[in-house]
Amino acid sequence: MINSVDLARTARLHAVKMVHRAKASHIGSALSMIDILAVLYSGILDTQPGRDDRDRIIVSKGHAAVGLYAILAETGFFPVEELDSYGQPGSRLLGHVSHHVPGVEVSTGSLGHGMPIACGLALAIKQCVVCIVGDGELNEGTTWESALFAGKHSLTNLTVIVDHNRLQGYGDVDEILGLGSISKKFAQFGWSTVEIDGHNHDQIRNALATNQTRPNLIIAHTVKGKGVDFMEGSLDWHYKSPNTEELANACRQLEAA
Amino acid sequence: MRDALIQAVIEVAKTDDRIWLLTGDLGYSVLEPLRDAIGCRFINAGIAEQNMTGVAAGLALAGKIVFTYSIANFPTLRCLEQIRNDVCYHNLPVKIVAVGGGLAYGSLGYTHHAVEDIAIMRSLPNMTVLAPGDPNEAKSCLRHAINCPGPTYVRLGKAGEQAIHSSIPDRIDTPIEVLSGRDITVLATGGGLSVAFQACKKLTAEGVSPRLLSVPCLHPIDLTGLCGPIVTVEDHGIGGLGSIVAEHVALTHVDAIVKCVRLHGTPTSLTGSMSQLQNAGGLSEETVIAAVNGLLSRRKYLNVA
Ligand SMILES: Cc1ncc(C[n+]2csc(CCOP(=O)(O)OP(=O)(O)O)c2C)c(N)n1
Ligand SMILES: [Mg+2]
Repeated sequence: MINSVDLARTARLHAVKMVHRAKASHIGSALSMIDILAVLYSGILDTQPGRDDRDRIIVSKGHAAVGLYAILAETGFFPVEELDSYGQPGSRLLGHVSHHVPGVEVSTGSLGHGMPIACGLALAIKQCVVCIVGDGELNEGTTWESALFAGKHSLTNLTVIVDHNRLQGYGDVDEILGLGSISKKFAQFGWSTVEIDGHNHDQIRNALATNQTRPNLIIAHTVKGKGVDFMEGSLDWHYKSPNTEELANACRQLEAA
Repeated sequence: MRDALIQAVIEVAKTDDRIWLLTGDLGYSVLEPLRDAIGCRFINAGIAEQNMTGVAAGLALAGKIVFTYSIANFPTLRCLEQIRNDVCYHNLPVKIVAVGGGLAYGSLGYTHHAVEDIAIMRSLPNMTVLAPGDPNEAKSCLRHAINCPGPTYVRLGKAGEQAIHSSIPDRIDTPIEVLSGRDITVLATGGGLSVAFQACKKLTAEGVSPRLLSVPCLHPIDLTGLCGPIVTVEDHGIGGLGSIVAEHVALTHVDAIVKCVRLHGTPTSLTGSMSQLQNAGGLSEETVIAAVNGLLSRRKYLNVA
């Protein structure tokens, strides 16, 4: 079993360095979900590539790719050095999650595609299918179409984790469309739901360990930009890339964590 | 290009209160001046493009002129049937604006490359398809979009494009002459324009005399009189400008030979800037020059002007 806290810290450091070098966006989105990924890839699921009976993880919020790439490299899917190629010409580490990268099940980047694919997989296989979605991403109609489908087909091996950081592309999730109670909505669609602190590894692990008789929704309360104080809760860091001083500051904070 | 268009929308919207804009949760640090200028006629419809497009149709049914705004394929392919049935079939003034046409979003990858959009949009009834090649054309396109009574698709690049025209073209409904020449006609659109422009300048230096026409309005299009050796240049795959010109030749039986410089269409799985990916996809100054020289050498054996 990998220590998920160490894994998360290392992955955060990789992620900030990668977006700095590539002058890329979406660091806030990556830091928001790294704890969830660190627990998922710490050994509680069997995601060995190539095996038909592996568990599947789909990162539907494909813009947060650096977080996933860092975790995949650190858990042995490809060499850690390859992370340096992010943003460089010819690299397969594209700005949105790419299935050409070892360990990645499906390419994403257009929001609202992950849940329907996860439903299909969960219908076809017995293993666990976990899908991570953004809270803004829940705006998409496909969310609710697949929520109905999963409820109707009792996809008990399906777990959807909402990275509930309350920010989306152009403002606050609560203001733009006002999601209200995500829990109550999904419960109405026949899901079992649980709300957790999305940065508390024990809570993440426990939520994933519970055996359900219905499709599972984990609402992970998170902070966009988690771990770097000037990025936390700020829409700017959906877009900005840290400059040299900001990177040094971010690394200092992440190393001390 | 994006900023030129937004500025132009603001100017019109200040005096024309029929104008609304719905965004699909995009426009951070771009749309704020517009939002401030038009108040409640600006709505962030959320990450929900199908609904956004249907709502735009409803507003338009009630007499509004409605812009929908997003990036790449999200305001077009994601809500294609809403565009086809609700907007186009009812011939409503919904103006779809997509930022990041072609490979402008380079390293963001395949999901963010709009390389089939022209083909798909121009096949829909009543749709006008515009793909400006520089910021001045973008302003002119906006004027054209507002004046044309029905559905319009405006495909933009991103920001910082080189100006090809020294002023805003008066009209864009027919191809605009950028360079006059007598040996061959080069037609270019969208992100293909700057590539074609550079290539034509090199060709001129080599003693070839290419005529360069920019085609910001792809559909409907009147290509009357177009004949002889023709090269088309675009940051798009099957069904775009090259196909439009080939259809013109096939349907009118004019004497012409056409070579298309366009993206070959294999999805890229590797990182690259816009121009790197254009090169890899078959669109570069070199491929334009080779196409022109290839046609000119063949012309000797062919019975065309
Ligand atoms: C279909 C679609 N529409 C719009 C976008 C542009 N976009 C990328 S990220 C984003 C905001 C996502 O917010 P959220 O789902 O809350 O993810 P977070 O970054 O907050 O984790 C938007 C609108 C997209 N990628 N796909
Ligand atoms: Mg969010």
